[in-house]
Amino acid sequence: MLAPAFNDPALASQAVFRTVMEAMARPGLPRPLTARLTPPAPLSVTAAAVALTLLDYETPFWLDQGLAGGEVAAWLKFHTGAPLTENPAQAAFAIISDPAAMPDFETFAQGSNEYPDRSSTLVVQVARLDQGERLALSGPGIAGRRSFAAAPLPQDFRARLAANRELFPRGVDLILVSADAVAALPRSLRVAA
Amino acid sequence: MSQSQPCSPPPAEAGSRRAAMALLAQARTSEIAQGLKALAQSLRYVELRPAATGLVMVRGRIGGDGAPFNLGEATVTRAAVRLDSGEFGSSYALGRDHDKARLAAVCDALWQSETRREAVERHVLAPIRARLARECTKKREQAAATRVDFFTLVRGED
Repeated sequence: MLAPAFNDPALASQAVFRTVMEAMARPGLPRPLTARLTPPAPLSVTAAAVALTLLDYETPFWLDQGLAGGEVAAWLKFHTGAPLTENPAQAAFAIISDPAAMPDFETFAQGSNEYPDRSSTLVVQVARLDQGERLALSGPGIAGRRSFAAAPLPQDFRARLAANRELFPRGVDLILVSADAVAALPRSLRVAA
Repeated sequence: MSQSQPCSPPPAEAGSRRAAMALLAQARTSEIAQGLKALAQSLRYVELRPAATGLVMVRGRIGGDGAPFNLGEATVTRAAVRLDSGEFGSSYALGRDHDKARLAAVCDALWQSETRREAVERHVLAPIRARLARECTKKREQAAATRVDFFTLVRGED
């Protein structure tokens, strides 16, 4: 059975949008994020909040294996009006519940040099935003260097981020959500080897 | 909504869900509330989509089959509810009356339950239908009373 979404859609999604925007402006810096939601499992509360805020009828979304097949698709479609797509290359947003097994970034929309905005944004549910392999980040929005870690992530995550940076201005953006925080890894990011 | 209602029957066939919603669209909030009160003492439901007001673009076609054009925007309030018994109801209503949209969605959900449809028809829809018919007759009579039959004398061709 369908569950309700935000109690106060306008104000709640504005608050989440503000948090995501600040996370995007300071790559790799987790911002606290809470929401009062009861999304269908295995979609996390914070991932649901981000999805409800960003999805609309013009943004096809893709779900990974863990999320597809359950009630998640119906819930998101009802509350956002966004269409579900089976093809990750057509997705404006991809929601990933099993980050260790996430597909290569190349399977998602990369945008074009003329329209780099036509790329996928990956919303990734991670367990923690303070543990795991340390990455030294630099680039726009970071004064000097910033240390970032999240778990779980794929073994070759560092190499994937580096390959994504090579494509600039094309490439995907990542929004990582833990149980109580959100951090962003946009395509402008540089990772020290 | 304004007090003057269009004097035409809802276009959908009688007894359909669409006809029920067309009737609710022309109802007053107080009418729906009274009908629901008569139907059940306490209705338990979850507001899946709390009533929210927005704009919809109304499109038209000249003569009904010309090229479509945007006529203008209309203020619409929508709501969606789920009864504790599982039925889902939704509604869109002109104007910004949140209660009306919510109560109409509740009626929609009740109407879909086989066991309660008859009660909705009797307690909620029938009084609205009767009131609309009364107003329609009155308007017709008022218009008929002022009717003037014009006639023109044929002018001779001389």
